Amino acid sequence: MRRVVITGAGTINALGIDVASTMAAMREGHCAIGDLDIRDADRLTIRIGAQVRDYDESAHFNRQQIALFDRYTQFALLAAGQALAQSGLAFSGELAARSGVILGTSGGGLNTQDENYRVVYEEGKNRVHPFVVPKLMNNAAAAHLSMEYNLKGPSFTVATACASSNHAIGQAFQFVRSGMADVMVTGGAEAMLCFGGVKAWEGLRVMSRDTCRPFCATRSGMVQGEGAGIFVLEEYERARARGAEILAEVAGVAMTSDASDIVMPSRQGAERAMAGALRDASMTPSDIGYINAHGTGTAANDKTESAAVAHVFGPHADRLAISSTKSMHGHCIGATGAIELLACIMALRDGVIPPTANWREPDPECALDIVPNTAREAVVRASLSNAFAFGGMNAVLALRAV
Amino acid sequence: MTTKHDIRARVHEIVADQAMIDTTDVSDASVPADLGVDSMGLVEAIFAIEEAFDIQVPFNANEPAKSDFDVSSVGAIVEAVTRLVCEQRGVTDPS
Repeated sequence: MRRVVITGAGTINALGIDVASTMAAMREGHCAIGDLDIRDADRLTIRIGAQVRDYDESAHFNRQQIALFDRYTQFALLAAGQALAQSGLAFSGELAARSGVILGTSGGGLNTQDENYRVVYEEGKNRVHPFVVPKLMNNAAAAHLSMEYNLKGPSFTVATACASSNHAIGQAFQFVRSGMADVMVTGGAEAMLCFGGVKAWEGLRVMSRDTCRPFCATRSGMVQGEGAGIFVLEEYERARARGAEILAEVAGVAMTSDASDIVMPSRQGAERAMAGALRDASMTPSDIGYINAHGTGTAANDKTESAAVAHVFGPHADRLAISSTKSMHGHCIGATGAIELLACIMALRDGVIPPTANWREPDPECALDIVPNTAREAVVRASLSNAFAFGGMNAVLALRAV
Repeated sequence: MTTKHDIRARVHEIVADQAMIDTTDVSDASVPADLGVDSMGLVEAIFAIEEAFDIQVPFNANEPAKSDFDVSSVGAIVEAVTRLVCEQRGVTDPS
């Protein structure tokens, strides 16, 4: 089978407007969670989030584009611009036909839905903007990427809630590995921090009112973030032949389903996903130096994930580092796996393991090396990135340094 | 007007609905989990309580035991709801 490498990365999220600033913030253990600045925030019970601040859409897009691009699509396009520029690729002819885009998102154009429901229900108007449908649809961001970069191969959107990005990246990886495509643009985008989006999450009673403290005895729940992470996956020999900068290798993926509960995670589902990713990448547990945890900061996730890691890795569980960067960029839902892949790339390429921020005291049920509060220098040859979604749908990526 | 008796009856109804059992099978001594109300069922029951009594219930599904709302038994829920009704309406007696 062909090897698959990452030759471009881009992002916008609460920590930074590109990869360099995001990684710098992760190194500093910076927490980007703060008061939500959205319409009707005073009617929310949960008023914090990891929001992309000082964002001016008109600085990046013209009037016609803004009429068509929901916030999540804008995030995807901005991140993709960085990733494609770094890769140095341009798509035409046969390469265009053998390249595509697979993105993850959960809410799609949720801001567009929220704004337009408000217009017809609250304001009582009987007419909406003609582009509401193409703006809100879940495949809009993927479609605009294919149009912007002339990607003419397979393109679609994956929606598996909090695992969307990992499923998308895993699928793109398999396309390139199997020879179905030579280059895939992949990752995820999410912009759910609007009144309706946050109000819906409030209902579940798992949201924190102060901050996100994964694996901490004083954890108080999850905090939502937003943004996008976009990557260029390319067949290894092709990337080498053209002298491309290789950020890391995507070495394996596994996807599993708990088949048990719509919200409560299962240890077995998580274990099978981690063990499966190791097998798919021909790795043994002792190869892994760092795991980017799903680490939502809810009791249900953190305890289950810790137990699953302990069980899959045995004695090596005490020798690897595991951190939850959601403590810094929030839970970016359908984009979170993509943004968290940057943490793995930083560990593999730069030898810096990002911390679990906001951590205060040990939880005996999460007795792992969770890299509390301060980043750590370490040589990491291989890494896992975990995503365990509502619906019991899990996807774990295995990465290797190149 | 809401008396303690009304609160008890309504809470029993809500718990019974959630457990899909007859209201007469719910008592103050019942433990929600024993009636088949899991953590998500509890979140839904609390939503129903908030709607029924027009109150805000401080409940975090992450750590139910640490919330300032005792859900250890149906009777405890009745007491907690009574307290919240009084506090949030600024009265000392629910009626």
